Amino acid sequence: MSTFPISIPRPVHPTGIWGWFTTVDHKRIGILYGVTAFIMFLTGGVEAILMRVQLAGPELDIVSAAVFNQLFTMHGTTMIFLAVMPLSAAFFNFIIPLQIGARDVAFPRLNAFSYWTFLAGALMLKLSWIGGATDAGWFGYAPLTSVAQNPGTGIDFWIISLQILGIASLAASFNFIVTVINMRAPGMTMMRLPLFTWMSFITAILLVLAFPVITVALIELTFDRYFMFNFFNVANGGSVVLWQHLFWVFGHPEVYILILPAMGIVSEVLPVFSKKPLFGYKTVVLAGIIIAFMGWMVWSHHMFTVGLGAVANAVFTVTTMLIAVPTGIKVFNWLGTIWGGSIRFTTPMLFSIGFIAMFLMGGISGVMHAVSPSDAQQQDTYFIPAHLHYVLFGGAIMGILSGIFYWFPKYSGKMYSERQGKISFWLIMIGQNVTFFPMHFVGLDGMPRRIYTYADNMGWNFWNGVTTGGAFILVLGFLLVLDNIGRHWKNGEPAPSDPWDARTLEWSIPSPPPEYNFKEIPIVRSLDDWWATKQGGANKEVPASGGSEENGHDIHLPQPSYWPFVSAAGLLIAAYGVVFNDLLIPWGLAAIGLTIGFVGVYAWSLEPVNDPEEEDSTH
Amino acid sequence: MAQEHAAPIHGKDEGTTTGLSHRKMLMWAFLGSDCMFFGSLIATYLVYQGKSLEGPLPIDVFDIPVTSISTFVLLMSSMSMVLAYSALTKNNMKGFRIWLISTAIMGATFIGFQVYEFSSFANHHVEIDCVSPGELTKYEQHIFDDGCSSGEAHAESHEGLKPQTNLFGTTFYTLTGFHGAHVTLGIVWLLSLLLLSFKKGVITPEKNLDVDLAALYWHFVDVVWIVIFTVVYLFGVFPGF
Amino acid sequence: MSQELSEEEHTGHPTAGQYFRIAVILCAITAVEIGIFYLEVIGHWMIPILFTLSAGKFALVAMYYMHLKFDHNLFSYMFVGGFILAACVISFLILLFGVYS
Ligand code: HEM
Ligand SMILES: [Cu+2]
Repeated sequence: MSTFPISIPRPVHPTGIWGWFTTVDHKRIGILYGVTAFIMFLTGGVEAILMRVQLAGPELDIVSAAVFNQLFTMHGTTMIFLAVMPLSAAFFNFIIPLQIGARDVAFPRLNAFSYWTFLAGALMLKLSWIGGATDAGWFGYAPLTSVAQNPGTGIDFWIISLQILGIASLAASFNFIVTVINMRAPGMTMMRLPLFTWMSFITAILLVLAFPVITVALIELTFDRYFMFNFFNVANGGSVVLWQHLFWVFGHPEVYILILPAMGIVSEVLPVFSKKPLFGYKTVVLAGIIIAFMGWMVWSHHMFTVGLGAVANAVFTVTTMLIAVPTGIKVFNWLGTIWGGSIRFTTPMLFSIGFIAMFLMGGISGVMHAVSPSDAQQQDTYFIPAHLHYVLFGGAIMGILSGIFYWFPKYSGKMYSERQGKISFWLIMIGQNVTFFPMHFVGLDGMPRRIYTYADNMGWNFWNGVTTGGAFILVLGFLLVLDNIGRHWKNGEPAPSDPWDARTLEWSIPSPPPEYNFKEIPIVRSLDDWWATKQGGANKEVPASGGSEENGHDIHLPQPSYWPFVSAAGLLIAAYGVVFNDLLIPWGLAAIGLTIGFVGVYAWSLEPVNDPEEEDSTH
Repeated sequence: MAQEHAAPIHGKDEGTTTGLSHRKMLMWAFLGSDCMFFGSLIATYLVYQGKSLEGPLPIDVFDIPVTSISTFVLLMSSMSMVLAYSALTKNNMKGFRIWLISTAIMGATFIGFQVYEFSSFANHHVEIDCVSPGELTKYEQHIFDDGCSSGEAHAESHEGLKPQTNLFGTTFYTLTGFHGAHVTLGIVWLLSLLLLSFKKGVITPEKNLDVDLAALYWHFVDVVWIVIFTVVYLFGVFPGF
Repeated sequence: MSQELSEEEHTGHPTAGQYFRIAVILCAITAVEIGIFYLEVIGHWMIPILFTLSAGKFALVAMYYMHLKFDHNLFSYMFVGGFILAACVISFLILLFGVYS
């Protein structure tokens, strides 16, 4: 293959920090995702604590009303887009290729681009605290986001960073869709895919279909704000309800994007620590598919009080109640998995069991406000945060914590402290119930969500105090988790390749996996193939296809590249250029950023696939 | 079988589970996703149809014969694109380049029409004879009522249709503008391929995937226009709508 | 038109001549669309008729020019899936906004 004279040679085996900037290794990118997202999670936690301190008692004056609005908006946006989604993405990156028996993802450079773009979006959003962050709620209802109501740059930062995060998520999802369909090891049929991979695959499909809708909604909002278009301008006939529709057409599939990967993690952990195969594998897969499908038919349950009319409310009540059915099926499958198993209560197992209990409670409060007359009482009260924290904290975050501990030996090559892990579990488990359960009470007592303070005589004092106390138990729990991970990543006991006696392919290779993952691409003969291999006594290290001269050195891996980073940097500059479009030359910065991005993409697509030296020695 | 799958280098068709190319699959997934993008824009256009508080409305500005010509040009560019691909697979490099250039030119022509159309809409002006006004649209009636009240001979309006004018302007320019942006990107892509085709061994009858992908994108942009032409233009002027 | 196009089902990809014939059909449909458009007698039937005609054009381009008919079904699922979902979302939003009621 001829190389282009115009193209700069690819970096060859860079090391140190430069190696991280140019890496296309899915495992390193997974770690980058995980660490960044965890830091973002902590920043979202700080925002939450500030809110809870302000609400600890009546009529406190610790933060102003204006700052409080920014706090809850940034907290919501951070937790959803900068914490839960990228934490899931960290697992997609690290685990999926290992579970399907591949050496990397389908598009390694695109994968790096996804990460750097995500980082760009994250920086963009978080740095908007300087000069006033967005304050219109994580769903940014019109007309709170109009220039008239909200002239500062906060909303602009919010819009543009969501767009950038959207690009990152879309790129990653396209990548994983192709990877799962097209990079499976021989014999790894779709119905032999580990459940985490299945649920992530469904998540990716949901994402590529849902994100374009929010992209369009945000474009419309941008045009309204920058060029005085009329999309949400009521004075010229625009409808603020259109924003709500577009947002929730995206928003409801989005909540499944948040929860499905966690469900996948739990479906991996429970069988391993119960020493039983997952109860009803096919049912769980099917339930996941049905959830993804029905997730599109319920969006207006967020709009019951808008006045869509009796028919619409009735229809969306029914569909919303129906979608609880496949969700319930999964819960029974998980219970069936544990039932009669020889259970080991390790930290990941505890978090998974906690997930089932907490998620169930969130599902039940969900069905409560699925009933539209009942929701008329609950909408916009603290009852809704109670629901969403049981599904998102008790659900998504507990699932992710389970994954963080379950795969810790694999990605770090070390063992964590089980004792410390269990203590942190109990702190988090108790902490979240103390924090979030009382929200049900104050919600039903009529306390609105998103108020910065409340009067002394409302009867809400006690439970608000309890909630704030619970939040500090959570802080303690997370500090323990952080210490456990951080300390043992550095100097924990070395981990064996399969410490849990687990079932899936990622445990058949050393911890941490070598750069090429599998010396020999495995041949898959059944569901839970690694388990079957261990039971049958056959040794996977000796390939069924006979010996091969391939060893670690001859395996061709995708080469590192500068361009994903450059393209993402261009995007970040362009994004700042859009927000500050009157700096020096109008739109000048945006143009510079776009040009850098374009150069990056061109150089990327003209870059030789492998470096020339290695090219000669192939085949 | 097993050894084939061991090939770790991406982009090689034989190395994939399904035997399909990664990149082509990516392209189709992207097009499926892009359906939702245009779908949301079209939905916005349609829910706001007829909700503009003032004119000009589609019936005032649309010129169906002109748009029919640009529609025809875009359709033909699709044919030209598929012929370029066909020529390439038959190792007819000259034919390939000619059809590729003609596709790009037709795309540029389409954009030219769009620029013309946008500017003529924006500068749309109405002049009405107060004595014998003839058949008037709602918007013209409005101008007539405003301008002919105190015995003038003519009533006129130079307002034109801008994105800020009304909901129709807002939604129309956004929808067709994003389509135009897609076409423009497509033209850049085609021209890049044209340049690349002069490098030896980059685009060959066997290595035609780059062209195949660009063609898919191009046809997609064409089918989106098929929808827009009917839903926005033809339905827009239809009086019963 | 199905007769004209049936032959290439056996030979894989269509030939240049067939691509050309499809282009002729596409133009013909467009011409019919515009023609019908000026026939005011059709009244409200206009919408379903124009809809069907443009759906036909869409399908021709997708199946033949984009080779969906000859490629792996997976590609069709990916594209048609997105397309149908988009169509459903559009329809539901129109219903919910009661635009034409
Ligand atoms: C059993 C299944 C579920 C049902 C029936 C359900 C139902 C609902 C309903 C009706 C609302 C709107 C309440 C209102 O605003 O008045 C709501 C809000 C919400 N749900 Fe669920 N839900 C379910 C599962 C989930 C899951 C799995 C997640 C996320 C992982 C989730 C996340 C949310 C969020 C974030 C909100 C609040 C959005 C906001 O207003 O900020 N729900 N849910
Ligand atoms: Cu919902």
